[in-house]
Amino acid sequence: MTTLPEKTDRKLGLVIDLDTCVGCHACVVSCKGWNTENYGAPLSDQDPYGADPTGTFLNRVHSYEVQPEEGAAQLIHFPKSCLHCEDAPCVTVCPTGASYKRTEDGIVLVNETDCIGCGLCAWACPYGAREMDAAEGVMKKCTLCVDRIYNDNLPEVDQVPACVRTCPAGARHFGDLGDPDSEVSQLVAERGGMDLMPEQGTKPVNQYLPPRPKDELDRTAAPEDSEIDVLAPYLNPVADSPKGFLGWLDKTLEKL
Amino acid sequence: MTLHQPKINTSPKVSDEVRKTTCYMCACRCGINVHMKDGKVAYIEGNRDHPVNKGVLCAKGSAGIMQHNAPSRLRAPLKRVGPRGSGEFEEISWDEALGLATEWLAPVREKNPEKLAFFTGRDQSQSFTSFWAQNFGTPNYAAHGGFCSVNMAAAGIYTMGGAFWEFGQPDWDYTKLFMIFGVAEDHDSNPIKMGIGKIKERGARVIGVNPIRSGYNAVADDWVGITPGTDGLFILSLIHELLKAGRIDLDYLARFTNAPCLVNMDPDSPEHGLLLRDDDGKTLVIDRKTGKLTPFDQPGVQPDLSASHRKAGITHKPVMHLIAERYLDDQYAPEAVAEKCGIKPAKIRAIAAELARVAFDEAFELDHEWTDFRGETHKTMTGRPVSFHSMRGISAHSNGFQTCRSLHLLQILLGTVEVPGGFRFKPPYPKPVSAHPKPHCGVTPGKPLDGPHLGFVQGPDDLALKDDGSAARIDKAFTWENPMSAHGLMHMVISNAHAGDPYKIDTLFMYMANMSWNSSMNTRGVIDMLTDTDENGDYVIPHIIYSDAYSSEMVAYADLIFPDTTYLERHDCISLLDRPICEADAAADAIRWPVVEPDRDVRGFQSVLCELGARLNLPGFVNEDGSQKYADYGDYITNHERKPGIGPLAGWRMGEDGLTHGRGGPNEAQLDHYIENGGFMVKHIPEDASYYKPWNKAYQDWAVELGLFDSPQHYIFDLYAEPLRRFQLAAEGHGDRQPPDHLRERIKETLDPLPIWYAPFEDTGVDTEEFDVHALTQRPMAMYHSWGTQNAWLRQIHGHNPLYLPTNIWQKHGFAEGDWARVTSAHGEITVPVAHMAALNENTVWTWNAIGKRKGAWALDKDAPEATKGFLLNHLIHELLPPKGDGLRWANSDPVTGQAAWFDLRVKIEKAEAPAEAQPGFDPIKSPVGQGPDHLEWKVGK
Repeated sequence: MTTLPEKTDRKLGLVIDLDTCVGCHACVVSCKGWNTENYGAPLSDQDPYGADPTGTFLNRVHSYEVQPEEGAAQLIHFPKSCLHCEDAPCVTVCPTGASYKRTEDGIVLVNETDCIGCGLCAWACPYGAREMDAAEGVMKKCTLCVDRIYNDNLPEVDQVPACVRTCPAGARHFGDLGDPDSEVSQLVAERGGMDLMPEQGTKPVNQYLPPRPKDELDRTAAPEDSEIDVLAPYLNPVADSPKGFLGWLDKTLEKL
Repeated sequence: MTLHQPKINTSPKVSDEVRKTTCYMCACRCGINVHMKDGKVAYIEGNRDHPVNKGVLCAKGSAGIMQHNAPSRLRAPLKRVGPRGSGEFEEISWDEALGLATEWLAPVREKNPEKLAFFTGRDQSQSFTSFWAQNFGTPNYAAHGGFCSVNMAAAGIYTMGGAFWEFGQPDWDYTKLFMIFGVAEDHDSNPIKMGIGKIKERGARVIGVNPIRSGYNAVADDWVGITPGTDGLFILSLIHELLKAGRIDLDYLARFTNAPCLVNMDPDSPEHGLLLRDDDGKTLVIDRKTGKLTPFDQPGVQPDLSASHRKAGITHKPVMHLIAERYLDDQYAPEAVAEKCGIKPAKIRAIAAELARVAFDEAFELDHEWTDFRGETHKTMTGRPVSFHSMRGISAHSNGFQTCRSLHLLQILLGTVEVPGGFRFKPPYPKPVSAHPKPHCGVTPGKPLDGPHLGFVQGPDDLALKDDGSAARIDKAFTWENPMSAHGLMHMVISNAHAGDPYKIDTLFMYMANMSWNSSMNTRGVIDMLTDTDENGDYVIPHIIYSDAYSSEMVAYADLIFPDTTYLERHDCISLLDRPICEADAAADAIRWPVVEPDRDVRGFQSVLCELGARLNLPGFVNEDGSQKYADYGDYITNHERKPGIGPLAGWRMGEDGLTHGRGGPNEAQLDHYIENGGFMVKHIPEDASYYKPWNKAYQDWAVELGLFDSPQHYIFDLYAEPLRRFQLAAEGHGDRQPPDHLRERIKETLDPLPIWYAPFEDTGVDTEEFDVHALTQRPMAMYHSWGTQNAWLRQIHGHNPLYLPTNIWQKHGFAEGDWARVTSAHGEITVPVAHMAALNENTVWTWNAIGKRKGAWALDKDAPEATKGFLLNHLIHELLPPKGDGLRWANSDPVTGQAAWFDLRVKIEKAEAPAEAQPGFDPIKSPVGQGPDHLEWKVGK
């Protein structure tokens, strides 16, 4: 068993906007590229040109269809990586102390030299956010790009996780969720940011911003049986025929 | 246990060096930072300074490292030694390869230059390749626009002097309502994602019109799951509602469009339907101040949208009257179109109301003074914060040209083009259709062609016809079958060459075009055409030369292969003469440069053309003494001048007072300046020139100074497109150049000068009750055709492609997970895996584009899922319509532009026993490069 710190100085994490994530996988591959070249063992690929290509990814995008009671089905793109939980079961389950949560920023990391590849942590994580690297035999997980966010060799503006830097839709935000005044905390407050699977009691640091309500025009487009049509005033007819239209045209041009 | 926190290095060295170039993982042209370690590519990220992507990068771009190092890269020139299609090649030297090509092509040029058909695929060096083809003297050149999205380009240019594509953009800073039609991962890729994120952040709304609710449509606030091929009808219904409510921008229409221009209404006149012009050919309007006829562009003129004019007994009505008469008709009422479009009338009305509300009730003023082309100074710029974007979904239909025109009519009636909050052009657009070249097809053996191949016709006189009326071009572009085919018809080249219709050719020369697989309709048929032999046992298409960087499906069907480099090993220019990387607020161009040298015996295709051009003694490619003029493409980019002072790159030219952006002489250090600046050049547009560009004096002067034009090119938008009317007039019997009788009715019906909607041709050619389902493809965001290889990282995201079925079809046939379906069209049959998707038009099925691969290609294992489960819809689509019994070959293309009508496809779906592999199956082709490694632990740094 490995101990979690009682508290951390900061709670660094991601805020992911499900309203704007278009499901493009940019974050997935940028992460793969950075973390293959950097922290720890490369993220390997097995059978990369073969019948059953598999590889290690620290971040994946899933897509779910949602069928509301009324109206059209919706598609939600859902990027998922380690949520750097405050009560991280993947850490407490680790038999060697390889998995740990950093006291200064709350990032959950794996010390690969101590990892024996037993896989208990992946089993303990309710989010499926850890992946065993088949080539190296160690557990890989999101590091929140710990080798970018403090990296003096990068310009300050680039000291963010690779997935955040690359996200074309601006759907990924990085910051200190322990500071209520931080931009990410403000965003969570404004948009009703949510824990993923709060019932698991893991207290995830990463937050998800829910999609805004969809297909509002279907509701304002008064159904045939309703007497109220809030948009109707914008289409008050000026003419019913081409002749009537030309009459309106003449009158209106006079006023121009 | 206690806390155990190791010390880690949080500040490791990132790379030895960053080399900045331009991505080529799709057509978006983002700037990239290539991090180098030990001389190798270690990591690729977006360039923050770059105008296109401002630092972000998509999945494709980040996976570039796997493309650059792909095992499918060709290694050396190849000469075919077995039969075509066998994949039997021997590696040869470049000297032998170029010698062989010269041996084939020199006699062709001397006797019949048209017997070379030179078509390029998805490259972005068309101003260069067309220059080469023009110097060779063949009329048979085009790029791939004809099967891509020429409807979008041509409809935009013929209507408003510019198109969506990547040639314009919504005003992301001010737009409040953004409506997209038929856009998946299209042009522009990252800018659209960035824009949607940006406008949503400030509460602006997105309406997505697409049968499939994925990607951008998934994040759209409102989704219109339209029935494919009916977008035009939906748009015309929106127009009907807006006209009825008088919610159109009359001031804008009067000033900036041909709505006040006067149409000859006399059916007996040879000028019936043409616009009234003065002796100089200028269109005339009635000035509301004087009530008199006057050229539209005179100082102080206030064009009258309403008044008619009678001259020599002939009534001339303003275009505005014709618009009102046509679109107020009840055939465009929401109730009349709802069923066809699959959209409820109330929703059509709600969208029309929302467009009207935002355009007019949320109008705003920008405090920018500007002066229009009539000399009037306006204190402010009026913003109408509704913007539109559209791509292939509406254009790849046989009614696509008119549908695209309809959308432009809608946005122009709302007054939202080139205004704050609306749609904005990027230089070199706006550009009036009259400023484009016309097509040229004048062949002289041993000499260059008489002008540029592609262009914009104004009427029958500009068609590319021989004296006997037959097609001058192998693809029959610019003929009565598709008179305004501005990008050519790449999808017809092999079919026509094989049929000898209009004539036979000697050499087919192609670049980056996977014609024996996903870049052709009727894949099996095209393979047979490429391998077919005549009565003497000779190939019907005698020589095929192909250039590609990778072991694509097309390689096996060529006789001679020029292996290209990867995008990190080459020079390229993303040129203002071609398809630059401009923004609405700036002109910009860019380069690629060899950030690494090839480790194989390969050469950039454009450099190969420089040498081949010299070997063939092409005038543009040799010096006076006959020696090679351009050592390679980099040399051409630096030193070629299209006209004095104008070259492929506009940055850092030698001006009179030193280095300048715009006009100036060649600068030997130009590429170094680009590299130093991150691979691109940006020149900003002044504030008073930033909107109303077609009519804005300050913009026009700026464009002339930069070298986009030689003189100001003011124009008004052509809501009424006269060139179309000229073809109709010919079809009605006017003029000397007459269409063949079998095309008269179709020309009259489809080349209407005002936007119309007609059912896609396939609907009238097949039994729509039997083939009751529409079938589409969409491009995934993390994969792009197969112009690169099948990428080790990306194929783990998109390794196979089920056919997605909507709920009602899924349930009707009792499909369950893991099932397969037989999908049949009038042309062919495939058997493929299916999956359920609820967020889908109820009569539409779809799959991802070009995931399916042929066994043996791309260095993949023969059991790769791309080959065993992946599939193409191409097998179901023919380049010709089903025979009509008249013995004629009718192209499955738009009748105006010749655009391949991919998305007209209709199918029937049946549940099928799961075959061992997706059908039709193809024999493996022998790989010239072997197969990729069975594991990767990619880390180049120590």
